[in-house]
Amino acid sequence: MDTMFSAFETMVKSVSDWVTLAFDRPSARAIVFGVPIKGHLLVEGLLFVVILFLLSQKSYKPPKRPLTKKEVDELCDEWVPEPLIPSITEEMKYEPPVLESAAGPHTVINGKDVVNFTSADYLGLLGHDKLQESCTKALEKYGVGSCGPRGFYGTIDVHLDCEARIAKFLGTSDSILYSYGLSTMFSTIPAFCKKGDVVVVDEGVHWGIQNGLHLSRSTIIYFKHNDMESLQSILENVTHANKRTKKLRRYIVVEAVYQNSGQIAPLDEIVKLREKYRFRVILDESNSIGVLGSSGRGLTEHCKVPIENVDIVTAAMGHALATEGGFCTGSARVIDHQRLSSSGYVFSASLPPYLASAAITAIDVLEGNPNLITKLKENIATLRKGLLDVQGLEIVSDPESPIVFLTLKKSTGSIKGDLQVLQDIGDYLLKEHSIFVATSKRSTVDKCKLPAGIRLYISAAHTKTDLEKACESFKKATAVVLADQ
Amino acid sequence: MITIPYLTALTTYFSYGLLFAFGQLRDFFRKIVDWWSHNSLQGYAPICLGLEDFYIRRLYLRIQDCFNRPISSPPDAWFDVVERISNDNNKTLKRTTRVNRCLNLGSYNYLGFGAADEYCTPRVIESLKKFSPSTCSARVDGGTTTLHTELEECVANFVGKPAAVVFGMGYATNSAILPVLTGKGGLIISDSLNHNSIVNGARGSGATIRVFQHNTPSHLEKVLREQIADGQPRTHRPWKKIIVVVEGIYSMEGELCKLPEIISICKKYKAYVYLDEAHSIGAVGKTGRGVCELLGVDTADVDIMMGTFTKSFGSCGGYIAGSKELIQYLKYTCPAHLYATSISPPAAQQIISSIKVILGEDGSSRGAQKLAKIRENSNFFRSELQKMGFEVLGDNDSPVMPIMLYNPAKIPAFSRECLKRNVAVVTVAFPATPLLLARARICISAAHTREDLIKALEVMSIVGDMVGVKYFPAEPKKQQLEGVKLD
Repeated sequence: MDTMFSAFETMVKSVSDWVTLAFDRPSARAIVFGVPIKGHLLVEGLLFVVILFLLSQKSYKPPKRPLTKKEVDELCDEWVPEPLIPSITEEMKYEPPVLESAAGPHTVINGKDVVNFTSADYLGLLGHDKLQESCTKALEKYGVGSCGPRGFYGTIDVHLDCEARIAKFLGTSDSILYSYGLSTMFSTIPAFCKKGDVVVVDEGVHWGIQNGLHLSRSTIIYFKHNDMESLQSILENVTHANKRTKKLRRYIVVEAVYQNSGQIAPLDEIVKLREKYRFRVILDESNSIGVLGSSGRGLTEHCKVPIENVDIVTAAMGHALATEGGFCTGSARVIDHQRLSSSGYVFSASLPPYLASAAITAIDVLEGNPNLITKLKENIATLRKGLLDVQGLEIVSDPESPIVFLTLKKSTGSIKGDLQVLQDIGDYLLKEHSIFVATSKRSTVDKCKLPAGIRLYISAAHTKTDLEKACESFKKATAVVLADQ
Repeated sequence: MITIPYLTALTTYFSYGLLFAFGQLRDFFRKIVDWWSHNSLQGYAPICLGLEDFYIRRLYLRIQDCFNRPISSPPDAWFDVVERISNDNNKTLKRTTRVNRCLNLGSYNYLGFGAADEYCTPRVIESLKKFSPSTCSARVDGGTTTLHTELEECVANFVGKPAAVVFGMGYATNSAILPVLTGKGGLIISDSLNHNSIVNGARGSGATIRVFQHNTPSHLEKVLREQIADGQPRTHRPWKKIIVVVEGIYSMEGELCKLPEIISICKKYKAYVYLDEAHSIGAVGKTGRGVCELLGVDTADVDIMMGTFTKSFGSCGGYIAGSKELIQYLKYTCPAHLYATSISPPAAQQIISSIKVILGEDGSSRGAQKLAKIRENSNFFRSELQKMGFEVLGDNDSPVMPIMLYNPAKIPAFSRECLKRNVAVVTVAFPATPLLLARARICISAAHTREDLIKALEVMSIVGDMVGVKYFPAEPKKQQLEGVKLD
């Protein structure tokens, strides 16, 4: 015990001697702020060891814990979905008037004969003998439906004849038939405009075009409605901003006669811009086929532009041609490409054959009777003259367009309010004066911001008395309804 | 699920590789030739960039005569196929005046309303005289006639829902309804093999889209749980609503949807169900009311029922059926209702008349006969094909039967050989089906008689041996005879 104690004592003494030596060595002395500090080397050595220890520790990461089954169950129980549809308001319960006869220039509603301005039957071909005859023959031969898409035995010889007839009428090399007017545009555009392409489009185009552009995922730039300077400045910007112009496809999309405002696009200026900036033009001629131009060939004839300068022309046939469906026409390359890549053509049943034969007959009648177009032009002029001095409403559409678009001179401030006033005028006209007109209604998914109005579709089959009666009734109706404002 | 035999997969890959290599070689030579010649539109980017239409130019054009065959008669059980000839190696085809009378195994004519019908056609012609072929106006403006309101009531009654709305095209129905029901912040979960119209509608809506494995309710549940727990991408806010989209019969597989399980899962997780009955309405079920009737599902459990009139009713157009509030809302907001021309009145009359025939309200039992015939025909044809050794997909009772071909060379071989023997079949390849899984699709109709089907079976057996598509061993003839005797 004693020897161990004395050995321990010697060890402690030697350690303390060493420590005192370390403290008293000349280099271990330091004078900081006038205070001598002994043994700072030891402290620094200890600090260095501590630093090494801390660096070698792992940094703190909170552990990843995936949600347990119980937590997922709780989340699923807590989640409350929105109702499928928002609650029904009064205006949603609106029911349009029901027609009891064909939708021609005169129709029967609630047993009364009314003058009909809601049907886009510009040439008055609804109820025409030749059309009825060819439809009856086709119905007896082929039945109603075609029972298949074009690729799988749904191509009937009348479809091919109709496509050839349309191409011959318009002077292009080929055309392609779609089974629905609205689907024409939203199938054609995604077939040609892909991700990364640039499309410059008018802000007043209808929903079919908007949907087609959305599906195509291209870069979309809107220009002011029918404003050529706005279009030009946008084309300048786009051309200068993009250096890889060789691979980039650029398009301008316009409508010949705008559904939402009745304006006519100045095609000659657009074609000049097209050539200057190297953009391709897609034109929607739904409301101008059979109406504009001396023989009804559309906006290209009206503006004296050769149709080869417009790359793609589409149209819905549910207007002047008094049938259903749509078509697209252009060069052979354009049409052949659509036969495999246009989704509304490949994945949908083809047009019923009787409607295709109605289209062929309609074009035959149009070619044989160009006086229908002159009659239509006269009717438009007569109606416009009569409506010029109606109080409270102004005409915003082009003088040559078959759609006469009336908007309120003094807006109520909101689209809903405007629509309500216009709807009141329409109801009054129908009840008291037997004139049937339509207000332009907007869907919630439609992005167009143009003002709402009353749309009158003029037909070549309207008589002078009809038009005069309409003008008189309008004057009376606005006097009554707008007097409350 | 289709499992492709190993050797067949290898040979198919090899065939496609060879075709691709040849195509690239020809493109290379074409580029050299074009470099010398003068291109008319200088300075414009080409309207179709090089590789986008490679498939069309080099693969599809070789077998172009198997598709888009024109007919010159109604699509009944037997029809006239117009012959086409080509002078430049299949690049362009010209019609001739010769026609071939062929057995129709390709048109969607499930109940035989495809041609002029003794009950429907006189009424259709009457309505044509009264209402003319088109109304030239949108439904909401001046395009609603008494026929349209009658049609909507009739359809709602037939399908088993309080109200319905009808559009002029089935494709546009899907594309225009889905954007209205949900927008950004919503979730659409769709089956992986859904039709192009549903995919387009879902993309057009702006909602997030997730896909679940074809007809697998367990995977649907997994996807639903994950998505509800995660919330919207990046912000993790809860979803506004979830819509699950399924089809009644899948047209490329011939399978029925597993509807009862899917509905119970959707009820548990509070998702809405959208059922697309394009091929099944009028064709399956005891009284033709579709998969809900066949599988015993209450129609009140399905939130939105959609269908088309092209297949079983011999007309055109599509419908949506649901609660009264849903239909009122759709009539107020749907672009196809507000902007597009209303359905043609004669077509509407055809639908009303054919529904009357199916329900037996025309005073005869033709409807019940047709429904029994199509079930009998489908089951007979399918079992005979399977006995012969073909690989046939689809469930019992479904009138759609795909027969697997796999190799790209067998597609035109099968199609052309059958046409030579006056049987018209439909062959489908990429891009409608996956690359390796090309098939021939048979659609049975109630207008086919037993003799027609036996003739078709004979022809297909001969052609199947010639082309080599009998992938399964055939049942020996003696067993077949015994089977017949026992019946």
